Amino acid sequence: MKEGHFFDKPQNVKRFLMGFYISLVLLIVADFFVPKHADFPWESFPSFYATYGFVACVGLVLVAKYVLRPLVKRDENYYD
Amino acid sequence: MTSAIPPAAIFIIGALFVPFLKGKAKQVTLLVIPLITFLDLLLMPEGSYWVIHFLDYDITFGRVDKLSMVFGYIFTIMSFISILYAIHVKDDMQHVAALLYVGSALGAVFVGDFLSLFVFLEIMTITSTCIIWSRRTEASYSAGLRYILVHIFGGLCLLAGILIHAHQTGSIEFGLIGLNGLGSYLILLGFGINCAFPVLHAWLPDAYPEASITGTIFVSVFTTKTAVYALVRSYPGTEALIAVGALMTVFPIFFAVIENDLRKVLAYSLINQVGFMVVGIGIGTELSLNGSVSHAFTNILFEGLLFLCMGAVMHQTGKINATDLGGLYKSMPLTAAFCIVGAASISAFPLFSGFVSKSMIISASGHGGMTVVWFMLLFASAGVFHHAGIKIPFFAFFSHDSGIRTKEPPLNMLIAMGIAAFLCIFIGVFPGSLYSILPYPVDFEPYTASHVLNQVQLLFFSALAFCLLILAGIYPAEIRAINLDADWFYRKGAKVFYWLASRRMPWAVLFVISVGFVIY
Repeated sequence: MKEGHFFDKPQNVKRFLMGFYISLVLLIVADFFVPKHADFPWESFPSFYATYGFVACVGLVLVAKYVLRPLVKRDENYYD
Repeated sequence: MTSAIPPAAIFIIGALFVPFLKGKAKQVTLLVIPLITFLDLLLMPEGSYWVIHFLDYDITFGRVDKLSMVFGYIFTIMSFISILYAIHVKDDMQHVAALLYVGSALGAVFVGDFLSLFVFLEIMTITSTCIIWSRRTEASYSAGLRYILVHIFGGLCLLAGILIHAHQTGSIEFGLIGLNGLGSYLILLGFGINCAFPVLHAWLPDAYPEASITGTIFVSVFTTKTAVYALVRSYPGTEALIAVGALMTVFPIFFAVIENDLRKVLAYSLINQVGFMVVGIGIGTELSLNGSVSHAFTNILFEGLLFLCMGAVMHQTGKINATDLGGLYKSMPLTAAFCIVGAASISAFPLFSGFVSKSMIISASGHGGMTVVWFMLLFASAGVFHHAGIKIPFFAFFSHDSGIRTKEPPLNMLIAMGIAAFLCIFIGVFPGSLYSILPYPVDFEPYTASHVLNQVQLLFFSALAFCLLILAGIYPAEIRAINLDADWFYRKGAKVFYWLASRRMPWAVLFVISVGFVIY
């Protein structure tokens, strides 16, 4: 197969990301128009799920990288 | 009586014939076995039959109700997919072990007493070890050995528990037990090891990635899901399981983020997924139990699909570490597409299968007002998208171009992936098809506007976090290294024991006693 695939072109990556960012904004906006039925009061806060998802994943990566990895990382033939 | 025969028997008798067949005849037989079994399931009426009186007990091989049927269906469907995927393999040991393994899983699902359950689970242990060994490498041999030792320990706990339970109650009926006394704790421990409870889980990410490419597909499906089935049967509403399951959903994610071997990443995500099921069992309402059972059903398909795709990558490139892969969408577009379907399903995107099953469990925790558990499950949902939904397809098929140019895998592998992907989407779009076979009547609507929006927000902003962390260079680079896990204790512990036993036998005895004392 020849080179020149979709993500090889930087403008395609840019377009892809732009589409992604626009959909994020739309999701935030849509939040104000959708009636909520919630088990907990904080579920009705604007963009609660968006905020939680973002914070959770940043926290996850930071803890995995800076806390867990230094604790458990060993050489590939550690057990040999 | 029924005109059907026990589904386990079809697989087990089939396994006896397969080594004597050659070429096309063997392949056709392998594929026909699950098909006949599926028709057989349709002939099985609800009820209790195939009962043998043994010593003072009734041994029941056909306890058929909605719960056992759901697992019967999905086990048979997945066995067809797995056999098709492995049809090109010329290794009778693996084929026979796989048939016996699936057969005993079906046996375990339909038995009505603890004794035959125990026997079927032990056959599963032995045959799954053979499947792991069928890769025939030094690493798979060692991992298989550790695997069988852990499972023999689990089997002994189960047997001890069954004996105590039978002595106390006079019954060996495989039914509701709940936590009440030593016997019930030991049985739970036996199931818990198969289910990969925290700290007892290390065999799973240790052994599964060491099995052969096609063997991993089999072992990743049946052992844990049979244990989930047993928990639904015997421990629904056991509150301790809520905490255990919630931990299972959370801790593997951290390991998955820093893991380089992509099949090991999937092994951790499998624990995370089984965690959701265990939480649902612990909550014990009709909604949550339906959630657990349906999530077992959908998980078998999407987790299986992800393993199929990673297997295909490994089959074509000989590599499975994230550090060695990347850019494969160029030469394996179909596999990449199937992988994305699996990723979307495990992440519970609306219109994919995970969404219609996992949301039942999370809703059940919300309806029960379990704030902490609810937050943990939501965290785990974001996290699973992060490590399985994005990381797996991204590092294998996109990311930096590894320069590897290959082809799509053989047709049988593609069709197997295609069937799994089709079912993932079908269930996501028509959840009623799955809901109609669940043990309890379903009064749950997954597709409400707020529910869909909440989930899409959660996932898209998790994706944003991934995106920004990658662009900022903070995302942990994949490193050629291993990460210690709970298996460290027995792998290093065994070394200490051997060292002592070869030099100072009395000290070795003391070592064993003191370890036993600490565990006690």
